[in-house]
Amino acid sequence: MTRLRINGEEAEIAAATVAELLAARGIDAKARFLAVALNGAVVRRAEWPSQSLSPGDRIEIVRPLQGG
Amino acid sequence: MTDKLIIAGTTFSSRLIAGTARYPNQQVMLDALAASGTELVTMSIRRISLDAYAESLVDVLGGRYRLLPNTSGCVTARDAIMTAELAREALGTNWVKLELIGDRDLLYPDVEQLVHAADELVRKGFVVLPYCNEDPVACRKLADVGCAAVMPLGSLIGSGMGIANPSAIELICAKSPVPVVLDAGIGTASDAALAMELGCDAVMIDSAIARAHDPRRMAAAMRGAVEAGRLARLAGRIPKQNFAEPSSPQLGLVGS
Repeated sequence: MTRLRINGEEAEIAAATVAELLAARGIDAKARFLAVALNGAVVRRAEWPSQSLSPGDRIEIVRPLQGG
Repeated sequence: MTDKLIIAGTTFSSRLIAGTARYPNQQVMLDALAASGTELVTMSIRRISLDAYAESLVDVLGGRYRLLPNTSGCVTARDAIMTAELAREALGTNWVKLELIGDRDLLYPDVEQLVHAADELVRKGFVVLPYCNEDPVACRKLADVGCAAVMPLGSLIGSGMGIANPSAIELICAKSPVPVVLDAGIGTASDAALAMELGCDAVMIDSAIARAHDPRRMAAAMRGAVEAGRLARLAGRIPKQNFAEPSSPQLGLVGS
């Protein structure tokens, strides 16, 4: 289990990579129009399976929403 | 109609840019966007709800519009730059409407942070359209760092107050080397027409349409207003004068 900060909330997640994190959270990794940042840097979709996570990492998972 | 809007080398027939927020529901939004004739719509980038993943706004829009993600809610250049990079990754577009707010009540731009963020985003290859204040100097600085357009506010976001400082907008339009898009505060059709008459190249409208009693009808009104204002601008208006000048001939008056 790794202690991570996901979208501003602390959580213990059994995930070693970004791809595993998405799976653990029930997010379909094939879903389009998603983006992920790790510690302030964008992680490209192709790197999700290989990008490893460490304790204390901050992850942002975002998608487009209504806006002006 | 050969009078096209060109931003960053991309041609648009419509001079109305529309927002997707604050509609009563999705169908009303889709109907209004269609009625507006817009070709470019804005959207925000937000954290995904980890409880449910709803149908994507992008899917709902159905590929009919070019997408312009915004950095709304950002107060630092660092957050705005990261949001823009996330938007580029999520949507596959390098266009970004840059919003950097200096006051959470007024939603007024922080010009200092805005110019800094715009400069960096241009260097990273983004097409930057900054929401800015109605200040010719701020607009010039943004154009100087390579923004593809400038988007001065008419009045406070969502306020419906119209164009608070028409002479400033007119000056910005007269001096700007890049397209000027009046963004924020439009309340009704005459505001949009005035923006175009002052020389704006386009207008950006969200609340005035989304929160109207009949958004689809207001979208149609705005479409007409933008076209009318643009035609009037190109037609060259008569000057204002403080004396009367009769229209009918003065000779041959009956009873003279």
